[in-house]
Amino acid sequence: MHVRGDERHRVTFRLNGRERSGRAEPRMQLCDFLRHELGATGTHVGCEHGVCGACTVLVDGRATRSCLMLAVQADGRSVETVESLAGDEEMNDLQRAFREHHALQCGFCTAGILMSCHEFLGRVPDPSEAQVRDMLSGHLCRCTGYTGIVRAVLEVARARQQANRRENDACSI
Amino acid sequence: MNTEVSLRDEQSCSLIGKRQARVEDEALLRGLGRYADDLAVPPGTLHAAIVRSPHAHARLKRVAIEAALGLPGVRGVLTGEDVKRWASPFAVGVRQPMEHWCLAVDKVRYVGEPVAVVIAEDRYLAEDALDAVKVEYEILPALVDPEAAAGDRETLLHDAVGDNVVNDRHFRYGDPEAAFRTADRTLSLKVRYPRSSCTPIECYVVVGQYDAAEGGYDVMANFQGPFAIHSVMARALQVPGNRLRLRTPADSGGSFGIKQGVFPYVVTMALAARKVGAPVKWVEDRLEHLQGASSATNRVTTIDAAFDGEGQVSALCFDQLDDCGAYLRAPEPATTYRMHGNLTGAYAIPHLAVRNRIVMTNKTPSGLNRGFGGPQVYFALERLMQRIAIELDLDPLEVIRRNLVPADAFPYRCAAGALLDSGDYAHGIELGVEHGGLAELRARRDAACREGRLYGIGYCVAVEPSISNMGYITMAMTPEERRRAGPKNGAVSTATISVDPLGGVSVHVSSTPQGQGHRTVVAQVVAEVLGIAIEAIRVDVELDTGKDAWSIASGNYSSRFAGAVAGAVHKAALKVRTRLAAIAAAQWRVEQDDVRFAEGRVFTLDGAHSASFHRLAGATHWAPGTLPESEAGGLRETAFWTPAELTAPDDDERINSSLCYGFIFDYCGVEIDAVTGQVRIDRYVTLHDAGRMLNPQLVDGQVRGAFAQAVGAALYEEFRYGEDGSFASGTLADYLIPTSVEVPEPVILHMETPSPFTPLGAKGVGEGNNMSTPVCIANAVADALGEGVDPGAIELPLTPSKVRTLLGIDEPARPEGVGEEPADAAAGGGSKLTASDSVEIPASPRQVFDSILDPATLQAIIPGCHALELTGENTYRADVTVGVGMIRARFDARVELSELDPPHALRLSGAGSSGMGNADGAARIRLSEIEGGHTRLDYDYEVTIGGKIASVGGRMLSSASKMIIGQIFSRLSQRVSGGRVRQPLLQRLLGRFGKGGGKS
Ligand code: FES
Ligand code: FES
Repeated sequence: MHVRGDERHRVTFRLNGRERSGRAEPRMQLCDFLRHELGATGTHVGCEHGVCGACTVLVDGRATRSCLMLAVQADGRSVETVESLAGDEEMNDLQRAFREHHALQCGFCTAGILMSCHEFLGRVPDPSEAQVRDMLSGHLCRCTGYTGIVRAVLEVARARQQANRRENDACSI
Repeated sequence: MNTEVSLRDEQSCSLIGKRQARVEDEALLRGLGRYADDLAVPPGTLHAAIVRSPHAHARLKRVAIEAALGLPGVRGVLTGEDVKRWASPFAVGVRQPMEHWCLAVDKVRYVGEPVAVVIAEDRYLAEDALDAVKVEYEILPALVDPEAAAGDRETLLHDAVGDNVVNDRHFRYGDPEAAFRTADRTLSLKVRYPRSSCTPIECYVVVGQYDAAEGGYDVMANFQGPFAIHSVMARALQVPGNRLRLRTPADSGGSFGIKQGVFPYVVTMALAARKVGAPVKWVEDRLEHLQGASSATNRVTTIDAAFDGEGQVSALCFDQLDDCGAYLRAPEPATTYRMHGNLTGAYAIPHLAVRNRIVMTNKTPSGLNRGFGGPQVYFALERLMQRIAIELDLDPLEVIRRNLVPADAFPYRCAAGALLDSGDYAHGIELGVEHGGLAELRARRDAACREGRLYGIGYCVAVEPSISNMGYITMAMTPEERRRAGPKNGAVSTATISVDPLGGVSVHVSSTPQGQGHRTVVAQVVAEVLGIAIEAIRVDVELDTGKDAWSIASGNYSSRFAGAVAGAVHKAALKVRTRLAAIAAAQWRVEQDDVRFAEGRVFTLDGAHSASFHRLAGATHWAPGTLPESEAGGLRETAFWTPAELTAPDDDERINSSLCYGFIFDYCGVEIDAVTGQVRIDRYVTLHDAGRMLNPQLVDGQVRGAFAQAVGAALYEEFRYGEDGSFASGTLADYLIPTSVEVPEPVILHMETPSPFTPLGAKGVGEGNNMSTPVCIANAVADALGEGVDPGAIELPLTPSKVRTLLGIDEPARPEGVGEEPADAAAGGGSKLTASDSVEIPASPRQVFDSILDPATLQAIIPGCHALELTGENTYRADVTVGVGMIRARFDARVELSELDPPHALRLSGAGSSGMGNADGAARIRLSEIEGGHTRLDYDYEVTIGGKIASVGGRMLSSASKMIIGQIFSRLSQRVSGGRVRQPLLQRLLGRFGKGGGKS
């Protein structure tokens, strides 16, 4: 895309599997575009300088701070936000585990944390607690003290592993 | 390791007291929360950005807005002049001629103080226009240190007061003088408690509207209460209470007290809306939040104890100097008095003397912050108890035990008036010692010490007050002043339950929760009383002062929910049940007492009669004619509840400052890394007696959250100020909030001694660890460091560098070529950065030298230079935009080339000021010829930065200045070599709006 600083540009990308489009000045941050242009307010903004992690989304499958990316940079790519996690009826296993383990209080940090955990579990299916804590250290949560979050992630990893094993066993019979 | 041991009786099968997953969670986990910035705004809503003072203390000479008004999208600018026309200063909690307006009118008194509001069509445009508001200041000396400010008669924050100490009160209870005179031993300790805040992840959001027809304001804000402040806002806006409709959103991104401090902006944005005749929305950014939102009060305490050889304390004397910052913002000086009734902590100490002074300094005004007043008091008291033990060569825990309020003394009236409602402190300690594994911890310490490692154990006991008496705030006044002002006391909570025609139950509470799960607990209580499923109940926690039941104590503070609000809910539910039971009894011709409610049905125990809840309740709407005569029909009940024990302060200045007093016993083991000075928490044990627990999972959640914040306060977090009052903790990279790797898992223990004073026996629990943990860790660090360290030097946060200093280790020199340039405190308190570097340029030194002297080149190579104007030989005036982190500033700068030694060396210097602060710098440039006729350009520079820009902290400043100065020379190289500058897309974009994004 050829970008001019003083013009609004059409930005189009896949948001949670559907093509969405809106207009953005080149300087508009991706988080603002998601929230205020596309109405995807599940993603939150806590610092706008890349430290708190609240704004984390997946861009082409990678956890990305949407406050450090411009909307125009997302053009033509694929963006996933917290709204993509649940099915129509039920929340996914990670979300359910968060509820079970009281991994959120105010919930403001939660969207970003869920997206990081979601990506992490895809990469590291069987993490140690230290690995989980290390991954989470890119996020700030002021309410929970992190305990519930760590437990939730470890439990989901364990449950998914077990389900995988069962599936493999079933195949090998 | 099992980290929670519950010592409670698990027999009851009632819903109250059950672990219950939260009804709040699903919406939040799906991204469907409704936080303030997510809500729809009226069509035509404009957006605000705030011009803030870059100076800590200055006289406001002129605010020129014309240039800003001419910029694209700008619709208006609100200034102090407008504010003076339409509003009044905020009411202040002490009788002094000091004025606090929502925008500065005569002086600015802290870095970040709002001076004007730009209102534009979007947030980016509003922020663009900030630089165009030109403010002239006459800079005054700044006061940062509270003790220095207290003694200063030359520099005054509020001239009319004539003193920076704006309140000075003495109290005595019992006979402290005699106790000190006759004591075997006495001890004195002076400690300082720093500034920090529990910093929610969501910042402030306000949407203001003005109704010219009614002359009223309608404001949505993520305000958390107390709603006593509604009166402060309405008065400032010069409207009756019913002309300020204040609404809060359904969800809040955390508060911890901090969102009380949004209230001045409620007034500001209401006025901004009036100014432009349209709704105005403002979303605070993180820099604004850290530097200007709110802070815990920093305190200097000198505490003295009189005690005997066994460590039994007979008297205490507190001298507390509280630094409330630049203004005494309501409800301050509440921090000072929230703990007043229970200043003697968990101890039975009969004699007490107190002196409280409130001092003004050039810092952000202080306000509510989780723990409010507690961490400051316990830091002094519990450090002192440890000192007494050391002095007498006793075990600190033994000294604690000897002084506890005895179990048979409850309810116990403390010296200063607190009525400790219930407890068994000695038993709590026994349980904590046993179940938390103190013996093992001691063995670990001994083993570590044998190996020469630095390991220490710290203790703390505390009472955790909850449900504040609104009357405690008046302790800042003399009894005489209080008499004149009329009595203030109590704490009214409200709850409303309505049942709709289909039998659906809706509950409204005015507790403005900030993530604690009030909706869940309310649903539990109502479900229990009405015998219906939790899922059948909807709890609404939005508060609309125009429609809902509320009172001055409404809101979310002083851990009042479990004790008071849940109690009011219980009362309202009982009212509904009583009415329904009367209806059923009349229909079935049975005694009202025989009617039962369970599993969605209303029935008699003998099984003779039964109806579904919704049918019976629906009858109040559908068939009021069939009801007994006493029934008016419809079904909606509001309950108000205020505890009788919360009386006004008496003439002897005794005050029961809170209704409930939980008990906390904490201890921890820490190990200090002797090389890095890092404090590692080996184990932390925390025992809580918060009365009856309404939902143990939520209780543990509160304990963990408070603990994590307290670890931050103990080890990492501090709002730091330069000597000139510049703020140095403006990003989350400088203000360090602990992450998942810094927060260990605490061992949480519970016991339950129900409160006799609350309807459900519950007490507050949300703030305890904010009070107990910082000092517990400090005591452990002191223990690890041993007696070589001055006890008064143990100051929070105990960062590695501070601990190293305590250990007597000097900072080693940075290995050559490693790390970043140090940002030292420069003279005047700004940040000073120095570095050197070099570039190679494919041209001769002569060519390079000449091009630097060429104005066109100079303009082209200075990044962000809009215009360069020759003002004398080799001196220029430049208009330059510079971005550092998320700050962008437009500088009016002088640039000078001097010490010319063609073609070998010269000096390039510049100095400029902007709305964001000032910068001053010089680079020495040396040119030498290298092979191929090329030039090697060596430069070293020194830059001093002050004002608001300095608040982004040394880390960012250093890399930004390195980048900007590097750019000057790489551009020079490109220009001289004739290479076309072809930057990648992103860099071109970034170049257009400064480095860090469009927002400042
Ligand atoms: S908002 Fe993006 S990291 Fe904080
Ligand atoms: S749940 Fe509130 S910040 Fe994490």
